[in-house]
Parts: sequence; structure tokens; C-alpha cells
Amino acid sequence: MPTSIQTTGRTYWRLLVAGFRRQSTYRLAALGGLIANTTFGLLKVAILFATVRAAGGDLNGYDIGTISAYIWISQGLLGSINLNGRSDIATRIKDGGIVVDFLRPLDVQAASVATEVGQSIFALIPRGLPTVSIGVLVVGMDVPSAASGYLLGAVSLLLGIVVSSTTVYLVAAAGFWLVETRGLQILYMVVSGFFAGLFVPIDLFPNALRIVAECTPFPSMLMYPVDVLSGRVAGLEALGLVGLQVLWLVLTALAGHLMTRAGRRKLEVQGG
Amino acid sequence: MADPTSSVAVLTRPYRAVLASRIRSQRSYRASFTVDLVSSLLVGIVELAEVGVLFLNVDRLGGLELTQILIVFGLADLAFSVADLAFGHCDNLPTYLRAGTLDVFYLRPQPLLLQLITSDISLRRLARAMVGLASLVTGLVLVDIDWSFAAVALLLVSALSGIATFAAMFVWAAGAQFFLIDGAEATNAFVYGGRYAASQPASVWNRPLKVVFGFFFPMAFTAYLPTVTLLGLPGTDLMPSWLGWCAPLAAVFTWAMALLAWRIGVRHYRGGGG
Repeated sequence: MPTSIQTTGRTYWRLLVAGFRRQSTYRLAALGGLIANTTFGLLKVAILFATVRAAGGDLNGYDIGTISAYIWISQGLLGSINLNGRSDIATRIKDGGIVVDFLRPLDVQAASVATEVGQSIFALIPRGLPTVSIGVLVVGMDVPSAASGYLLGAVSLLLGIVVSSTTVYLVAAAGFWLVETRGLQILYMVVSGFFAGLFVPIDLFPNALRIVAECTPFPSMLMYPVDVLSGRVAGLEALGLVGLQVLWLVLTALAGHLMTRAGRRKLEVQGG
Repeated sequence: MADPTSSVAVLTRPYRAVLASRIRSQRSYRASFTVDLVSSLLVGIVELAEVGVLFLNVDRLGGLELTQILIVFGLADLAFSVADLAFGHCDNLPTYLRAGTLDVFYLRPQPLLLQLITSDISLRRLARAMVGLASLVTGLVLVDIDWSFAAVALLLVSALSGIATFAAMFVWAAGAQFFLIDGAEATNAFVYGGRYAASQPASVWNRPLKVVFGFFFPMAFTAYLPTVTLLGLPGTDLMPSWLGWCAPLAAVFTWAMALLAWRIGVRHYRGGGG
């Protein structure tokens, strides 16, 4: 007889698989995303390679191989990391559908995160892998030198995906109090990409700005997984980054849990 | 014989009425409009910071100094933001197509494309246009420019052509949506990727990029090439120094392509059913 933990675990696993399947039906959208990632990738190659060369081959610790890896892995992760702040659960909190979710014998936060993570993992197949393959085969880029690097990279990537879901959940959960979270979502969209290191690696930021970025969960979503997956950061230092990701996962998940509990008491459904 | 100005007024009255109502509606939700303005401003600043961060580490990029890049970035972002303000909502077409609400447009005695363009105006983009303008003016003040009549004319013609070129990109993308629907991101690669390309010095591109973003989608003509011509900088492979004067040709070419794409798209459309 299965224990109750096993049953609960299986439920969320099924939600994760459902999210994965749901995303798999949008094939044309995935192709569009791949075209966008590749085009931006090639433009970034032009400007960032020129910058590395202008800096004499060493741009604050980046050379051609590592900057190329940065470009292609970060573009590849775009389909899997939520940097726009939108989520289904935010809509359900706004329109009151969340009441039905609360009636289900499921944790609202865990169910939402599991579904989002499933969708994100699917996106790695049509968008992540092809984008990185183009980087490896067409342009050339650095990869980890040891098998342990790939293993730690996979862990870091998964953590990045989950942290982005738990953080976006916080934006949605603010809706228990704000009702209209569009302003917060737009702010998230503007700030997250920049601090996650999507436009330029955060190691190129001026010091003060880099410290600000490191005090947010955003580098854990993109910058750290990219650093570990590309092998630019390895060994103990890489373990440290993964540790930071775990810390942000715990913090954001805990905050989401507390907000859900308090929000449930506060919840007011408009209309009837 | 009717007075031509009054007949123009009569013809454009429905469009002006829609646009005026859109402007009023955006201004009546003040908190929401402020959030939009601030976020649009932040988008502009973040994009400028992206360029600035690179120059923390190098003095020159693609043959341009920071002050010269400010002119390129400013021209590109100003033109894109103004085009986005007036044409950006063409991006909503896939939503209309999926929901079948585009058919409503057919019930009105006005051209479809004109209705789509005048269906909205995004005042919040003004904030981002201001970032572009500030960058452009700063660059123009800091760079030593020989201000002649030709220089002023070049700048004005380029800015107007740039706006027209980006506007055409939105129309081209809308035309392609009739086929893509779910694949809207494919056109984003060239519309928003085009904006990104336009703010770069095209001298860093390889030949394929030059063909795609220099000529087929003539993004280099919106900012980089006029700047090279204005500052009298040496030209690069495929792009001689005088090419900046051809920005209007690039705008005409892009509009021809856009209207063709729109025409093919509309012919392909079979209605939303229901």
C-alpha cells in the first residue's frame, strides 16, 4: 500500500507531466521562439564578440569561447525561464477561479509551480537544445570539461527553472491584496531580464550594480545556470552558486507559502 | 468644388474619433497610466544601460566611440518608439484572428489595415521615445559635428525615414500573422530583433547579418548608416560612407514589402467562422 507521501508526490508529478504535454501541442509557437532565439543570438554574437576583441581578447574574464557559451545557453533557456512575470495562477486569483483551486485537496502553490515547471522542461526540447546546438555547431562555444560539470549543470538548470516559477508565483500571490497585478508584472518583466544577466553578463556590470543584482533571485534563474553549464565556473565555486540557488528556492517558496496562507484569509472574490 | 482640406477632415473624422477616445481612456486610469509610463521609461533606460555596460570595458566598438554610439542608439530608439506608439498594436492581430473578432473590422466601411493601425495608440511609448531623444541630443552635443544645412537635413530625413521603416516592419509582421497565428514570435525576431540590430554599429556584423539586417530588413539605414554619413566616418564592407543618404529609399522598400505581405495575408484569410 502506498504511503500518503507517495500519493501526494505522484499527484504533483502528474501535474508536471500535464504541463509538459500541454506545452507540446504548441509546435509552431516553439518554432517561432527558436527563430527568435537564434536571430537574437547571432546579433549578440556580432556585438559581444566585437567587444571581447576590442578588449584585447579578455573582457572582464570572458573570452570568445565563454562569451559564446553565455550567449547560446542564455538564449536557449529563454523558453524555459519565466522572465515576463505572467502566470495562469495570477489570472485565477484575479478572476476568482482560485476559490475552486482552494477547494481541491492540493497545495495551490505546489500545483501551480509543478505545472509551470513541466511546461518549462518541455521547452528545452524544441527551443533549448536546438539553440545550444546552433551555438556549438555553427559558432563554437566552451562546454564543461568534466562529466561532473554536466551533472552539476543539469541540477543548476533545474533549480533555475524552479526558482523562476516560485518567484513568478510571488507576483501572482500579491494579487490577493492588489487584485490588479499588471503593474507589478510589468516591473518584474523589465527588471528580471536585466538582473538575470540576459542582456549582458552581470560580471560586466559596475560593482555596485552587480551587488544589487546578486541581492535578487534573478541571477539564480539564468546567470548561475549559464555559468555552471558553460563550465566558466567549476568545482567548489560552482557548488557555491548551486547553493545560492537552493537558498533562493527556499526563500521564494517559503514566502509564497506564507502569502498563500495569509491571502486565503484575505481573499475576496469580486462579483458573484 | 469641395474644399480639399475639408474633405480630408471628413474622411479622417472616424479615425480621429477612435484615436481621441483611446487617448482619453488611457489618461482616465491615472495610476495604470503612470505605471505604464514608468515601465516604458525603465525599458528605455535598461536598453541604454546594456550599451553603456559594454563601453565600461572598451573605448571603441565597431569603429565608434561611446558618444557616437549614443547618436546611433538615440536615432534607432527614437524612431522605433514613435513607430511602436502608432503601429505597435498591429501585434494584437493574432489575438483577433484566434478569437475571430477580426471579422468585425470587415463590417465597417473602412480599409482593414487603416482600421487596425488607428484602432489604438500607445501613449506610454512616449517615455521610451524620450530616452532615445535624450541619448540622441547628448550624442549630438558631445560629438564635434560640422553643422551645415546638409547635416540638419540628413538628420531630419533619417529620423522620419527610420520611423517609417519601423512602422512598415509592424505592418509586414501583421501580414505574416495571417499565416503564422501561433508563431508570432518568428516575426518578433525581425521586428524586435530589428530594433536591437538598429541600435548596433553594423560594422560588427558578418556578411549574412549585413544582408538580412542591413538590406533585406534595412535596419542599418535607420540609425547606423546616417550616423556614419553625418560624422564623415569611413564606410565598411558593403556599406560606403554616403549610404546614409539612402534612408528614404530603405523606407519606401520596406513599405512596399509590408503592403505586399499584408495583401497576401488578407487574401489568405478565410474568416473566423462562427
